[in-house]
Amino acid sequence: MIRFENIGLRYGSGPEALRDINLTLEPGSFHFLTGASGAGKSSLLRLMYLGLRPSRGVISVFGHDVAALKRADFPVLRRQIGVVFQNFRLLDHLSALDNVALPLRMAGVGEAEIREHVVELLHWVGLGDALDAKPPTLSGGQQQRVAIARSVIARPRLLLADEPTGNVDDSIGMRLLYLFEELHKLGTTVVIATHNEGLIARFVHPRLHLERGTLSVIAAGTPIAPLPMPTAMVLPAGLATSQSLTGSWLT
Amino acid sequence: MIGQRLDLPLAEDSTGRFLVWIMAVMIYLAIVALAGSMVLAGMAGRWESGLTGRLTVQIAPMPDESVPPLAQRTEVTLALLRSTHGITRAEQVAAAATHKLLEPWLGNALLDDLPLPALIDVEVGSGAGFDAAALAERLAGAVPGARLDNHAAWLADLRILAHTAQLVALAVVVLVGGAAVASVVFAVRTGLAIHSPVVELLHIMGATDAYVARQFQTHIAGLALRGGAVGLGLAAITLLALRLAAGDTPVGLMPDMTLGLREWLALITVPLVATALAVLTARWTVLRVLTRMP
Repeated sequence: MIRFENIGLRYGSGPEALRDINLTLEPGSFHFLTGASGAGKSSLLRLMYLGLRPSRGVISVFGHDVAALKRADFPVLRRQIGVVFQNFRLLDHLSALDNVALPLRMAGVGEAEIREHVVELLHWVGLGDALDAKPPTLSGGQQQRVAIARSVIARPRLLLADEPTGNVDDSIGMRLLYLFEELHKLGTTVVIATHNEGLIARFVHPRLHLERGTLSVIAAGTPIAPLPMPTAMVLPAGLATSQSLTGSWLT
Repeated sequence: MIGQRLDLPLAEDSTGRFLVWIMAVMIYLAIVALAGSMVLAGMAGRWESGLTGRLTVQIAPMPDESVPPLAQRTEVTLALLRSTHGITRAEQVAAAATHKLLEPWLGNALLDDLPLPALIDVEVGSGAGFDAAALAERLAGAVPGARLDNHAAWLADLRILAHTAQLVALAVVVLVGGAAVASVVFAVRTGLAIHSPVVELLHIMGATDAYVARQFQTHIAGLALRGGAVGLGLAAITLLALRLAAGDTPVGLMPDMTLGLREWLALITVPLVATALAVLTARWTVLRVLTRMP
């Protein structure tokens, strides 16, 4: 489904954000993508959803060498990929209904069919009473559910999610992960970037672990050593004595 | 309702408001220029058709006592004309009609004191055999003060004026169209720059360049139609005001400002053509810009 061969990614003239990535996602697989902040998770996802071109190496998506594709070939491939962005990227001037309808509309689906499917899905994610609400009037969790609904409405072959449970409580998070699980059972290949170890532990799926731009694949069920907690956090003297850092919110 | 809004929030751009007024002004100028051209072309056409196959013989009053009086010379001229091969009719223009023709320029008071020439209206048949140059020579030899005017020089000047006016109107339309195209290109490029994150998002979701272009086309079509309606309305008011103003002036001083149904229909198509041009420009601009994007 997706194959990365010796992929390197560099932004401008900076150091490589991703180094020597070799990866194969088989059709129907389910992976969690883990790693510390700044490890390159979002960059790896961007390469997967064809939002970036690598600095080196070969990417193959759905059997097509991306470097050999023409501009007109990309939309067809991208429509088979659903993406949940970390910052949602909802269109503020459109209602929740219209936001979720976008992928179907691009695919040329009829309006009646779009409405039926979108309304059903929004009810499923608990937003049945917010169909006409604009994103700025929704909470972070509600916006996230709209973003997730938008990513899955067209039944993509590949679903990429960047911290999809970051702004919801565990019960909603579980519900959303079960949605991804259901799609996976229907044949969708899923990659979910997340920090939520508690949620990951409830599912038995392999991990793609990024550390300082390099990728390792960890088999399902293998525990990850937790990051060492700092024994003491010493603030710079100026900050520690700052008036602004005193108060109950620091505790 | 689904489908009622554009995916790109183009309606919120301030460039849209400017474009409506720019299009309104452009379409107003184009319609007024075209209407002016139509009025002049119509006037030239009417004069030409009215004067084709017509001649005028003018017999000047002469104070010289050796010359026969004006009435006698007029009779001789009429007889000569009626006996000339190819002439189907020769009638003296009545003094009252001559007065009416000159009244707008000279006024009543002056006309009563001025010695006016006698005018003879001549119609020539469509068949061959009439020689205007020979007639002019015969008239000059037979009747002192008689002069044949076949209107050729006059009509040639009129044709040049009408064609020049049409060229000027065409140049105005081309310039206005060019300015409108440039305005649309600017508005579309600005819109693409402002909304590049949304355009990128649409691409990631699988939008084609044509899909994005259609968003701009729909938006620009709405603006151009609104601008076109305003421009057409203002132009119609201007033309009707000119028509009313021309109606109060003496006959002959102002061209007939009346536009026929066909002319009005042609003018109404100007906003539609401008909208089509704006839409095509928007599509071309979006596709051109997006093709250069990675």
